[in-house]
Amino acid sequence: MRKKLAILILSFTLCALSFALSYAQQLSVAEIFKNVKEFDGKTVVFEGEVIGDVMRRGNFAWVNVYNFDDAIGVWMDASLANSINYTGSYKSRGDKIEVVGVFHRACPEHGGDADIHAQALRKIADGHIIQEKISFTKISLVALLLGVLALLWIFRRSNIS
Amino acid sequence: MILKPRLQDLKIIGFYLGKIILGLALTMTIPIIIGLIAGEVNPALDFIIGLVVSVILGYSLTILCYTEKDMSWMQGMIVVSLSWIIAMLLAAIPMYLSWHWKSYLDACFDAMSGLATTGLVLVQNLDHISYAHNFWRHFIMFIGGQGIVIVALSFFVKGLSGAFRMYVGEGRDEKILPNVIHTARFIWMVSITYLILGTLALGFVGIWEGMKPVNAFFHGACNFMAAFDTGGFTPQSQNILYYHSLLYEIVTVSIMILGALNFRLHYQVWTGNRKEIIKNIETVTLFTTIMVTFCIVATGLTQVGIYPNALALFRKGFYQLISGHTGTGFQTLYDQQFFTDWNHLAVVGVIIAMGLGGAVCSTTGAIKMLRIGVIFTALCEDIKRIIMPEKAIVVKKFHHIKEVFLEDKLARSALMITLCYIVLYFLGAVAGSLYGYPFLQSLFESTSAAANVGLSCGVTGVNMPDGLKLVYIFQMWAGRLEFLSIFTLIGFFYAAIKGRK
Repeated sequence: MRKKLAILILSFTLCALSFALSYAQQLSVAEIFKNVKEFDGKTVVFEGEVIGDVMRRGNFAWVNVYNFDDAIGVWMDASLANSINYTGSYKSRGDKIEVVGVFHRACPEHGGDADIHAQALRKIADGHIIQEKISFTKISLVALLLGVLALLWIFRRSNIS
Repeated sequence: MILKPRLQDLKIIGFYLGKIILGLALTMTIPIIIGLIAGEVNPALDFIIGLVVSVILGYSLTILCYTEKDMSWMQGMIVVSLSWIIAMLLAAIPMYLSWHWKSYLDACFDAMSGLATTGLVLVQNLDHISYAHNFWRHFIMFIGGQGIVIVALSFFVKGLSGAFRMYVGEGRDEKILPNVIHTARFIWMVSITYLILGTLALGFVGIWEGMKPVNAFFHGACNFMAAFDTGGFTPQSQNILYYHSLLYEIVTVSIMILGALNFRLHYQVWTGNRKEIIKNIETVTLFTTIMVTFCIVATGLTQVGIYPNALALFRKGFYQLISGHTGTGFQTLYDQQFFTDWNHLAVVGVIIAMGLGGAVCSTTGAIKMLRIGVIFTALCEDIKRIIMPEKAIVVKKFHHIKEVFLEDKLARSALMITLCYIVLYFLGAVAGSLYGYPFLQSLFESTSAAANVGLSCGVTGVNMPDGLKLVYIFQMWAGRLEFLSIFTLIGFFYAAIKGRK
């Protein structure tokens, strides 16, 4: 009976501890900085789109993850970064990933940068190439404006002659 | 007696304004080429629209206001002040058409921020912007840093005495070479030489740090333009934090300092007079103020104890300080961190540095080192006068390219401009407070806007009230042009209303 009670208390404590240490809701960079002291050194779950370059540094890599109009650097094992195929830019939508890692408001390993050190990475959705649709409105506007410019030029020429 | 402006005045202003607009239109061809090379059709169309609108406006003004007369001082100043407003309105067209800005006002805000080399941003989803638009954001900093009028002077205006008036009106009161056109061309030569070297340096560092070569050199060129012209825009939303690189920070700090030095000093060094660096009042003042303000920032950061070691404290504190002091606005912190992680003392240190600025005849804004040096020298002279016997004659000199006697007129002029800047910083802070922001945050953002810095503590954002956006646009404009041409424009409108025929 005592043994069972001890296991129960231990599991409850572990559950409570893990709940206190991790913030599983979808976080934004702004939310993290709103409560930066609370998040500092804690395990967070951060979800977003990979943007820019995957910058490999030896056995590790920097991946910048964007959500809610801001991005944060995630330091991860290079093997985790290998699963990333697309990064966000004008011409592509980056892979959507979920990172579980420790947030540092002033990382001792990286010169005081605010970053996340990833422990696990899960790809939520694959990125893709964006096909640009040429705007007919913009082409029409260019044609109209060139017409105005041509008229202006004719007016000028006729005034000179 | 104030006279109402005549039609002839308006024609001269309109004609030269038209020429400057045509110069600006020409610059839009570069993003069009970049857009076409990168296969970005819609962005290229945005710039074609911007270019044609600019050509129509510029061409119409040169036809309607055609004149062969030269400009007076007053007309030159008005041309300059108006050309910056019109340049903002035109540069914002392709930006707004990209849908990365929530409104045309937001696009105008970023256009003025770029042209005035400030660096405050309202752009949305920057990480998905086209190469053409991203290049344009940085290129307008390069144009604005050298001076919009300098662009026109270099390519369109030949042998005008009015050219010097426009040059002065753009906040540059020192000629490097006897001819102002040659001065403009020298400024371009220095800037383009450094552009090539800086792009290569940042490009190779980018590759070293794991970036793809195309991105590394594109970012290199953009960041160079923003650093040398003490602008502060960056190609990605995280600013310099995106690179996570000490080496990148070292190179950008070096470029920021180069950009904060007087072009006359560059000329002296290029022509072999290297001793000028240690003798010049501006470099001595810059070194001193950096040391003093860094002591304030470092003390503040030590009190907070946020950084795990001295190196991290130095890296964060010194980078933001140099960025603020040179008027660049690069950040390796998130906006909010100035007030969540730093204490008020450290923030005040950065505000003081931002308010002081770099050298005159450089691309920086703010009060500037020559004025601070002159005021300090004048203060020393006055103290000396008090201490010494009444009959003693105190003559004070300082070294700025040559030995210069400190005259009362010079000290008065330096004090006047300094006072104007301090008033401008505080007016913006009061405006921010009236909109409900805490005073210190308002003062930080206002100083950043008026001193053309671009560091932000989070006040600037799309949800900021439109009124405050307009206040900051005015501050960026007035701060960049150093008041003279703005006062002339106000006087011109006053004369148009109240003057006699």
